[in-house]
Amino acid sequence: MPSNESHSTLLWPLLLYTILVVILLAAILALSYLLGQRHDDRATGKPYEGGIEQTGAARLRFSAKFYLVAMLFVIFDVEAVFIMLWALGFYALGWRGYLGVLVFIGQLLVVLVYEWGIGALSIGADAKKILKEYKKIKLNSDEMVAKQPW
Amino acid sequence: MLSIENITHSIDVWLYGTFNPTAALLLESLIVGLCAITLFAVLGLVLVLMERKVSAYMQIRLGPNRVGPGGALQTVADTLKLAMKEGLTPDGADKFLFNLAPFMVIVVAMLILVPVAFAKGTQIWDINIGVLYISAVSSLSVIGILMAGWASNNKYSLLGAMRSGAQIVSYELSAGLSIISIVTLTGSLRISDIIDSQQDGWWLFKGHIPAMISFVIFIIAVTAETNRAPFDLAEAESELTAGFHTEYSGMKFALFFLAEYVNIFIVCAIAATLFLGGWMPLHIGHWTAFNHAMDYIPSSLWFIGKTFFLIFVIMWFRWTFPRLRIDQLLSLEWKYLLPLSLFNLLLMTLISIKGWHF
Repeated sequence: MPSNESHSTLLWPLLLYTILVVILLAAILALSYLLGQRHDDRATGKPYEGGIEQTGAARLRFSAKFYLVAMLFVIFDVEAVFIMLWALGFYALGWRGYLGVLVFIGQLLVVLVYEWGIGALSIGADAKKILKEYKKIKLNSDEMVAKQPW
Repeated sequence: MLSIENITHSIDVWLYGTFNPTAALLLESLIVGLCAITLFAVLGLVLVLMERKVSAYMQIRLGPNRVGPGGALQTVADTLKLAMKEGLTPDGADKFLFNLAPFMVIVVAMLILVPVAFAKGTQIWDINIGVLYISAVSSLSVIGILMAGWASNNKYSLLGAMRSGAQIVSYELSAGLSIISIVTLTGSLRISDIIDSQQDGWWLFKGHIPAMISFVIFIIAVTAETNRAPFDLAEAESELTAGFHTEYSGMKFALFFLAEYVNIFIVCAIAATLFLGGWMPLHIGHWTAFNHAMDYIPSSLWFIGKTFFLIFVIMWFRWTFPRLRIDQLLSLEWKYLLPLSLFNLLLMTLISIKGWHF
């Protein structure tokens, strides 16, 4: 294919390819549906939960940290797009461009350090903190035991 | 010399000579599409077999060795068996999304295959934003995974999908920054330009230590992005059964598996292209005799060799490192790899602006 064609002419082969893939997948799944077995027993449609009856709905509430990770990703990924643009015009921009990106990446690092500081990056329980608290409680109770008159 | 480039060129000339341009282009894209799909299927079969064989030899056993010579047809037999199985849909599942998810994952995996250069002059679409296209389209697969996990009405699936989502989007950043550090050296996003710039040596060696750091970061990040061990939390067998595809059976399950292996192939191909010169033979500075000797090995062999070596390394990881916890996984990315890759990018640009790279 000549490479100097405009994008509009080059996009439709990609679309054709996608359609081809989708048709092929549909054919595979249809074939598997025709060849496959059919069951309709008591537990056929039950969701798997270790072999026991399902307890409660599967639409669980999950930790808000996952949402936080997605938000952080959006911030940093948009920055990555800007950096990519700069990387393309990098030789033309020279030292001035380098200084600009230095400031930009510096800001990113400041944001990262700030998020780290406020605990946005500490996902899950902090085992060290729990251990410390536990030791404090244990120490106190040991002292209490030692103070007992018997 | 008989090479893939000559064959494709003669087919191209014949098509344009026989038909009018539109029909020729249509036929050509059909042929290319069918070739890509065939390649996709063969890759899936080969990589599943390779995974099982590599695992087996690492555990001092033989692996599949009954079907075909040395077990070579084991995957074909498995696929046929899966095609004969019932495709179950659990009660209470979101049927539309449940059936859409395998399509999503496979179509995305097929689309990232497009700009990969397999050999000299053998590339389906040499798009001018090559690596950006790859990193953009590959991040769409997370939608398929979240869809599968949510629609299954299964707790394991939902947990696996959430973990996988957090993991893929986090490691996307490091992988992207590693790609950018090579882009600063080449000044182009086009895959063929990136390969051409490595004519006199691969970036891994030409770019000093920062290139090596970004190579290591890239390999770690893609291991996490493809949900491979030690980052296989999304489908941690011992805790989540099979993660986001617990409820999938029969051919739909096979499609997820296929997409996973093709994704591994593609990320390794990208790593080979960016850091190890793609199909470019190993050239060392002015050693003319050595360079000429290396040129006799066909470019497709170079590409396949490098890619399969990286795939082997990723399979090796699986039997070497224990699985991480989700909080360890995310803090590894956000607290270590991300700052490191930002600093590394600055160092890399300093090197290329001063012209210190070879």
